[in-house]
Amino acid sequence: MSTPVLDKPSAAKGSGRVGGGLLDPRQLATSLPDAVKKLNPVTLYRNPVMFIVEVGAVFTTVLAVLDPSFFAWAIVAWLWLTVLFANLAEAVAEGRGKAQAATLRKARTDTRARKLQDPADPGRWEAVRAPELRQGDYVIVEAGEVVPGDGDVVDGIASVDESAITGESAPVIRESGGDRSAVTGGTKVLSDRIIVKITQKPGESFIDRMIALVEGSNRQKTPNEIALNILLAALTVIFLVATVSMQPLAIYSKLVNPGVPDSLALDGNGVTGVVLVSLLVCLIPTTIGALLSAIGIAGMDRLVQRNVLAMSGRAVEAAGDVSTLLLDKTGTITLGNRQAAGFVPVEGVSEAELAEAAQLSSLADETPEGRSIVVFAKQRHGLRERGPGEPAHAEWVPFTAQTRMSGVNLDGREIRKGAATSVMTWVRESGGHGTDEVRRLVDEISAAGGTPLVVAEKGRVLGVIHLKDVVKQGMRERFDEMRRMGIRTVMITGDNPLTAKAIADEAGVDDFLAEATPEDKLALIKKEQEGGRLVAMTGDGTNDAPALAQSDVGVAMNTGTSAAKEAGNMVDLDSDPTKLIEIVEIGKQLLITRGALTTFSIANDLAKYFAIIPAMFAAVYPGLDALNVMRLAGPQSAILSAVIFNALVIVALIPLALRGVRYRPSSAAKLLSRNLYVYGLGGIIAPFIGIKLIDLLVQFLPGMS
Amino acid sequence: MSEIAAGTLFVLSLIVALALVHRPLGDYMYRVYTTPRHNRAERVAYRLLGVRADAEQSWGVYARGLLAFSLVSVLVVYGIQRLQDKLPLSLGMEPVTDHIAWNTAISFVTNTNWQAYSGESTMGHLTQMTALAVQNFVSAAVGMAVAIALVRGFSRRRSATIGNFWVDLVRGTLRILLPIAFAGALVLVAGGLIQNFSGVHEVTTLTGGTQSITGGPVASQEVIKELGTNGGGFYNANSAHPFENASTWTNWFEIFLILLIPFALPRTFGKMVGQVRQGHAILAVMGVLALGGVVLTNVFELSGNATVPQAVGAAMEGKEVRFGVSTSATFAAATTLTSTGAVNSFHDSYTPFGGMMPLVNMMLGEVAPGGAGAGLYGMLILAVITVFVAGLMVGRTPEYLGKKIGAREIKLASMYFLVTPILVLVGTAFAMGSAEQRASMLNTGPHGLSEVLYAFTSASSNNGSAFAGLTVNTPWYDVALGLCMVLGRFLPIILVLALAGSLAAQSPVPEGAGTLPTHRPQFVGLVVGVTVILVALTFLPALALGPIAEGLS
Repeated sequence: MSTPVLDKPSAAKGSGRVGGGLLDPRQLATSLPDAVKKLNPVTLYRNPVMFIVEVGAVFTTVLAVLDPSFFAWAIVAWLWLTVLFANLAEAVAEGRGKAQAATLRKARTDTRARKLQDPADPGRWEAVRAPELRQGDYVIVEAGEVVPGDGDVVDGIASVDESAITGESAPVIRESGGDRSAVTGGTKVLSDRIIVKITQKPGESFIDRMIALVEGSNRQKTPNEIALNILLAALTVIFLVATVSMQPLAIYSKLVNPGVPDSLALDGNGVTGVVLVSLLVCLIPTTIGALLSAIGIAGMDRLVQRNVLAMSGRAVEAAGDVSTLLLDKTGTITLGNRQAAGFVPVEGVSEAELAEAAQLSSLADETPEGRSIVVFAKQRHGLRERGPGEPAHAEWVPFTAQTRMSGVNLDGREIRKGAATSVMTWVRESGGHGTDEVRRLVDEISAAGGTPLVVAEKGRVLGVIHLKDVVKQGMRERFDEMRRMGIRTVMITGDNPLTAKAIADEAGVDDFLAEATPEDKLALIKKEQEGGRLVAMTGDGTNDAPALAQSDVGVAMNTGTSAAKEAGNMVDLDSDPTKLIEIVEIGKQLLITRGALTTFSIANDLAKYFAIIPAMFAAVYPGLDALNVMRLAGPQSAILSAVIFNALVIVALIPLALRGVRYRPSSAAKLLSRNLYVYGLGGIIAPFIGIKLIDLLVQFLPGMS
Repeated sequence: MSEIAAGTLFVLSLIVALALVHRPLGDYMYRVYTTPRHNRAERVAYRLLGVRADAEQSWGVYARGLLAFSLVSVLVVYGIQRLQDKLPLSLGMEPVTDHIAWNTAISFVTNTNWQAYSGESTMGHLTQMTALAVQNFVSAAVGMAVAIALVRGFSRRRSATIGNFWVDLVRGTLRILLPIAFAGALVLVAGGLIQNFSGVHEVTTLTGGTQSITGGPVASQEVIKELGTNGGGFYNANSAHPFENASTWTNWFEIFLILLIPFALPRTFGKMVGQVRQGHAILAVMGVLALGGVVLTNVFELSGNATVPQAVGAAMEGKEVRFGVSTSATFAAATTLTSTGAVNSFHDSYTPFGGMMPLVNMMLGEVAPGGAGAGLYGMLILAVITVFVAGLMVGRTPEYLGKKIGAREIKLASMYFLVTPILVLVGTAFAMGSAEQRASMLNTGPHGLSEVLYAFTSASSNNGSAFAGLTVNTPWYDVALGLCMVLGRFLPIILVLALAGSLAAQSPVPEGAGTLPTHRPQFVGLVVGVTVILVALTFLPALALGPIAEGLS
C-alpha cells in the first residue's frame, strides 16, 4: 500500500502541538500596500462588519471636515485605522502564501512537451507548448526534462525530482502500472525515460491548484464561516438599531434639560455623529469581523506548512468534526516491516545459544527481517555485529522461493532459519526429528499475531524467532488523545483477524477491520456516516479512490495514483499517513480560534458601554457618571480611548489569528472551560484595563476633557 | 414577621411548590403531546374543524394553519367587540371603538393582553367570555404548540414533518389548560374571587358618593389569565382589584399559576428529546434568571431608593396594602419574566430601579421562564445561539442535541432575536421623536421616557403589562402597539417553526467526548451570560436615559 514512512520527529511535539509560523513584524510592513488596496468598498462589502466601520469612517470624515475639532479628527483617524488593521490582518495572512506561490510559479514555466502521435511508437513526436496539452495526450519525457503536465506513467520507469512541489530533495521512483504511476507537472525526470498519459485539463494542473490555494485567491467561505458571518451581521444590525434609535431619546433628554450646555458628545441635535459612530463601531463585533478571514486563510496555511494541500476549506472544517479515523495498519500504525522481537528456545537450549545461531544465519540476510534479527541479537544479547566477509570461510545459503529458508554453513556447522514447515522438513531430512514443543511455540507466536521463524542446526531444532509488526512509538498515546477528543480510531489491515487483533490491542486503536478489501472499507465508511459520524481516511491506491471520495476527509498520498489524488479532498505531499491526526487538530484549532475570538469580541462590549454611555450622557444626567467605573478622565478622552482600544486589539490579536488558539487534545468540557476562562472572562476584563491605560495617555491630548 | 422574612418565605414556598409540580405536569404534557390516541371530545373538535388529525404537517403547513387560525381569531374577537350592543349580556355597553377593538383583538390573540381599555366599563360579559376568555385559552395553546413543534425538530430524525398544528392546539386546550383552569377557578372562588353574571351595582360609598361595581364571571377568567400567561384583567385594576385577587394567598396562587406551565415545559422538552438532564439545564437557566429578577426587584423595592419611599418608610405608592411591598414586587417580577402582564401594583410608581426590573425582565426576551410555550422556544433559540458561539470553542462545528447549527439554523435564530429589540427600539424612537406622541406621557424626563419604553417593550414581547402613566388609547398608540404585538408574536413564531423544520430534517450526530456537553452548570452559566450580554445589553443606552438616569439622580 503506502510507502513506509518512518516516524518523523514531529515538528511540534509537547506543548501546543499544532504550532505555526509566528508573525514577522516585517510582514506587517510589506502587507501594508495590500491592506490599503482592500479599503475599496467594492471588495470590502463582503465583510459586513468592516464595511459598516468604513461607512462610519467616511461619514465621520465628512462631519470632521464640516465641523473640525481635534477630537473629531482623532476619532476619524482611528476609525480608518480600524478598517486598515482589519485589512492588514487579511493581507498578512494572504502574504504568507505568496512566497510559496512564487516558487511554484517558477516550476510552471512554459515548458515544451514532446507529444507522441502513438504511444506505441516513441520515435515520432512533435514539440508542443505544455499548456496546449489535452487530457489523453501522450508525451515522452527523458532525463533532464520537466514533466509537462499531470498524468500517469504508461511505459517505463524513472527517478523523478519532485522537490518543486514537496520540498523533499530525495528523488522518487515513478513507474508504469501499480500505485506509483502518477507524475506531476513541473517535476523533473532525473534518469531514464517515461511515457506519460496526460490526465489534467489545461490550466487545472496540480500546480495551478496549489498556487490558487496557497494564495487564497479563489478562497470560498466555508459553511461555518458563512454561518458565523450571519451571526455577526445580525449583531451588527442590532447594534445599528440600538445606536440609531437612541438618537430621539438623546434629543429628548437634552430637551428636558435645557440648562445643560452643548458638548462635543451631545448637543441639541442629540449625540453628535462622530460619537454615535464611535459607539456603533465599538459595539459591533469588529474584532472577530476583522480577523475572521485571516483565521480561515491561516488555517489553510498551517496545513500548507505541513505539506498538506486541502482542496476545499470545507474539508478543513470537516476535519475538526471527524469522529471516526480510518488508519491503514502498514506504514501508519506499524513501521511496515516485521522485526525480531524475541528468541524462544526449545527445552535444553539456552536463549544465548539460539540468539547466536539466529545471528549467524542472518548475517548475510539483507531483508529487513534479517537485519532486524542481527540488530535484536546485538541489543538483547550483546552479540557483536559482524561486517561483510566476517566470519571467514562461511558459506552462505541464500533464501529461495523453493527452500523457503536461508542460513550458513560454517566450520562444519549447518544453521538454517525459515518457515516452520520448511525447516522441520530439513531437520527430518538431516536425521533429526521435530517435536510437539516446536509446533506449540510456533502456534503460540502465530496466535499472538507474530510470524514465527524456526532456527535449526543440523538435526535439531534450537528454537523460534518471534517476528512481529512493530507499532510505531507514541501511537498508543496519540490514540488515547484521540479517544479523549471523542474520536474513534479504526485500523484497516489485510491481515487475518488474529494478527489484526494482536496489533490493534498493542497500538490501542478502538476497532479494526481485518482482511479488508476496498469494498469493505467503503462499506465501513458508509455505515459510520449513516450513524451521523464524519469519517477521515488516507489512501494512495486507485482502489482507495471510491473510499476516499466517500469519506468526509480523504487525504491522498502524493505518491499515490492520480485517481486517488482526484478522489480525496486533501493531498499530503509528504505522503505521511499519520498526518491525518495533525489535520484533525488543525481543523479543530481553526474552529476554536473563531469561537474564541467571537466570544472575546462580544465580551468586550461590556466595558465599552461603561466607557461611552456615561461619556455621552453624564452632562445631562450627572448621576450617570456612576457608570464611569473606570474613572476615565473626560467624555472625549473616554470615547477616544474606547475607539483606540477597539482598533489596537485587532492588531494585538493578528498573531493569535494567524497562529491559532493553542490546542491540546482533551474533552470538550475541559476545552470549553479553558477557552471560556481565557477568552470569555478575559474578554470582559481586558478592555476595562486597556481602555483605562489608553485613557491615562490620551487625556493629555488637547480638548479631551 | 418582617417584610423581608415574609417576602423570602413567600418566594421560597413558591419555589418549593413549583419544584414539586413541574415534574408530574411536565411528564403529563409530554404524554399529551406524544400519544397517538385522540379522545372523544377531540375527535368532535377535529370533525368540526374539518382536519385530519393523523396527518403530519411540514413546518410550512403547520405555520399556515397557525396563521390562518390566528387571523380568524382576530376577526372574531374584533367582530364581537364591534357588535356587542346587539348581542346578549352586553350590560348596555356601547360597541368598542374601532382602533381599540383592533388593538384588543390583536392583543388577546397574540397572548399579549395589553389593555387599552378599562374592562368593567367597556366589555360586556359575552365579549369577556366568548371573545377574550376563549383567546386566553387558545393563544396560550398556540404558544405551547410552537414550543412542542420546535422540540420535535430536535427529537426527530430525518423527518419532513413537525407534528399537526390542530392536534397540538386542541390537545393543549382540552387536556392541559381546561382541566387545570377548572380546578384553579374553584380554588380562587374559595379564596374569595367572585363568579357570577350580575351587572353593574350602584353603591353609595362611606363618603356619600356613588360607585358602580360590576360583577361577572371573574374567577374563571382570572385563572386562565394567569395560567395561560395572558394577563388581561376583567377589571382595569387587574390583579390589584379585590374581586380579581382577594388576599395574600390568592396572590400566591396566582403567581403559582403564572409560573406553572412555563416552568414545567422544560421537563416536557427533556422527555421528548430523550434526555431529561437537557430539560434540567434549560430549567436551571430559567431558574437562575428568574431568581435574579425576583430578588433584584425585591431588593430595589424594599430598599426604597427614592425620595418619597424614604420619607414615608416604604415604597408603598401604587401598591395594595393587603399585599405589601415584597409580594407586590414578586408579582411584578413573575408577570414580566413570563409574558403574562397581569399586575397587582403599578410599576410606574415603583422606585426607579425597581421599575426598571420588570422592563429588564421583558428585555431578556421573556425566557425566564417566559410565556406558555413562548418561554421555552425563546430559551431554546438562546441555547442555539450559545451553542453556536461556545460550540466553536471546543473545536467542532456547533451542534445542539445532535443537530448541526449551520448557516440556515443560525440565520433563523439570529433573525428571531433581532425582532423584539428592533420593534422596541424603533417604536420607542418614533414615539420619543414626535412631540405629539410625547404628549401621552404623564411624566417628563427619564420617567416619562421609561413609560414609553415600557409600553413598546411590553407590546413587542407580548407581555401586556403597562407601566401606567402613559395614555395609550390614542389611535397612534393603538396602531403602533398593535403592530408591535402582531410582529412581535408571529415573526418569531414563523422563524421558530422554520427552524423546527430545518432541524427535524437533519439526522442527528451521535454524542461523544468531543461534543459540547449542554447539560452541565458550565453550559447553564453560559446561556445566562449570553442572555444578559447579548440580549439585555442591547437596551442599555435606552435604559441609561430612562430608569438608570432617574435612579442615579
